[in-house]
Amino acid sequence: MLSPAPGDPPVTDESFEKPILELEQKIEELAGLGNPALESEIASLREKLDAVRREVYSQLDPWQKTQVARHPRRPYTLDFVGGLLEDWIELHGDRRFSDDHAIVAGMGRFRGRPVAVVGHQKGRATREKIQRNFGMPRPEGYRKALRVMQMAEKFGRPILTFIDTPGAYPGIDAEERGQAEAIAFNLREMARLRVPVICTVTGEGGSGGALAIGVGNRVNMLEYSVYSVISPEGCASILWRDAAKAPEMAQALRLTAPDLKDLDVIDEIIPEPAGAAHSDPQGTIDAVGQVLERQLGELATLSADELLEDRYQRFRRIGKFTELHA
Amino acid sequence: MAWFRKDKKPKVQPEERTSQIPEGLWIKCDGCREIIYRKEVVRRNWICPKCGFHFSIGARQRLESLLDDGAYDEFGQHLAATDPLKFKDKKAYRDRLVDYRAKTGMNDAVITASGTIEGIPVVAAVMEYEFMGGSMGSVVGEKITRAAELALAERRPLFVISTSGGARMQEGALSLMQMAKISAALARLHEARIPFLSILADPTTGGVTASYAMLGDVIIAEPGALIGFAGPRVIEQTIRQKLPEGFQRSEFLLEHGMLDLVVPRGEMRDTVARVLRLLWIPAAEVPAAGLASTSLA
Repeated sequence: MLSPAPGDPPVTDESFEKPILELEQKIEELAGLGNPALESEIASLREKLDAVRREVYSQLDPWQKTQVARHPRRPYTLDFVGGLLEDWIELHGDRRFSDDHAIVAGMGRFRGRPVAVVGHQKGRATREKIQRNFGMPRPEGYRKALRVMQMAEKFGRPILTFIDTPGAYPGIDAEERGQAEAIAFNLREMARLRVPVICTVTGEGGSGGALAIGVGNRVNMLEYSVYSVISPEGCASILWRDAAKAPEMAQALRLTAPDLKDLDVIDEIIPEPAGAAHSDPQGTIDAVGQVLERQLGELATLSADELLEDRYQRFRRIGKFTELHA
Repeated sequence: MAWFRKDKKPKVQPEERTSQIPEGLWIKCDGCREIIYRKEVVRRNWICPKCGFHFSIGARQRLESLLDDGAYDEFGQHLAATDPLKFKDKKAYRDRLVDYRAKTGMNDAVITASGTIEGIPVVAAVMEYEFMGGSMGSVVGEKITRAAELALAERRPLFVISTSGGARMQEGALSLMQMAKISAALARLHEARIPFLSILADPTTGGVTASYAMLGDVIIAEPGALIGFAGPRVIEQTIRQKLPEGFQRSEFLLEHGMLDLVVPRGEMRDTVARVLRLLWIPAAEVPAAGLASTSLA
């Protein structure tokens, strides 16, 4: 799990946003006066706001980026769907047990091309958070995802996935119905899909629960998203038995987009607008759309066998080791 | 029970030592808490003669007890972890690696080898829990992938014995990605119709369960092994209640349809050989047109 369990006290520090919030508030106040004489002052304040945003966001440490990746105003899968797809039809259920609301899946038209979309879905208001189980899927969510991906393969449609989860749900029911098997099976079967697969980490890439829809020909990360084998909190509690060490572990885990680009885990970083995705969701959605369109174009030239080989080699290369002769 | 108290060193030299097994003439079973005669336990391949509890054993011991004449050709033994993240918690990962190498005489947490079981050629990957909790990092990922690729190239069945806490935190997302890498190699074995047997020992959790351990054509567990995705502690923290007795044990998973068989250690070799004989199509018997004439669902 990438986030603390629901109910755990949040270990957050968003104080880095303070200068931005103060400026925003000031601009709002001035604009609210409706005085035309203030227009130029407001304009200069907006410029300043932009500069401060860039400044603050260029200096975030990994722990702060983790907070940004979890920001509730970041675009979620259905926001990307709304901004990028036409003719969207959401498809439901795994045909075995139930419909998991922590994962959405469906078909639509992206820039004229029919595609399948699969992604984690978090909620914003409390009721929706609970309905979406905080974006933590159960086995049926992963099975629904695979069902729709295999249907897309059957009809030759490319697959776009959006990754944003604290992790797969760690509960009794999830274990009983084979959480591990559901994830494992997706890993194997995604490697066999004979259509282009593009995965984008948009927020939290929480361990196996993220990877279960993350086996693609291209794996992208939004600039302030994170992707990790374990949450900084989880790592801190295992290695230090102290959640307060989370910021330190966020650093140690190398979970930011630039880190993972360096480690050859991801292919491309998609830049976010100034002040990150939550201050300009539409700009973020557009930026993602541009990258996906280009990558789909590149992959469209590959045959099914070439797509499989490309995906195999993409993951085959990952790992760092040496030879040690005693 | 003063009679059992050990004042002097035992006269009998303990046989080859497995590190987590207590030394001495008598040992206490972790299952039934009975005091049992050590020699008797050793003779039964580290199974309690009173309650059938399976003591944890090392990877080499497992290989030797499964393969014909206890013989195998190891490969990949020189592969060793680097420290790509420069990871440090209470102790630097680099130093931990040095310690575990010294402690186990291995470079990382899995042995990969080829050999035969009742004459059937196999490729084996056996995890070693004593090396950093059997955790899977780049080296484990690479070695098991190579094992799968060798099995594919030579059309030998593959079996993996897992005992692992999951992905190795100290290699971050690189460890996570090994799950996808190994699973992709297993996809190729699947398409080539080469049997893959997954054997689970206590404990098998996290990213190991959520990848190759659950992908066996046939999945077999030792009795009483803890097997799951999330560890019991994480689940208890999430749901804030105690877990029921026997939850996530082999027998529980069998009941819930997640395993094919629960097999005591003493019957493992025989069971593996029987399963393989029923599944395996030797290279010589593969029709010239290949096996792919009917598509795999």
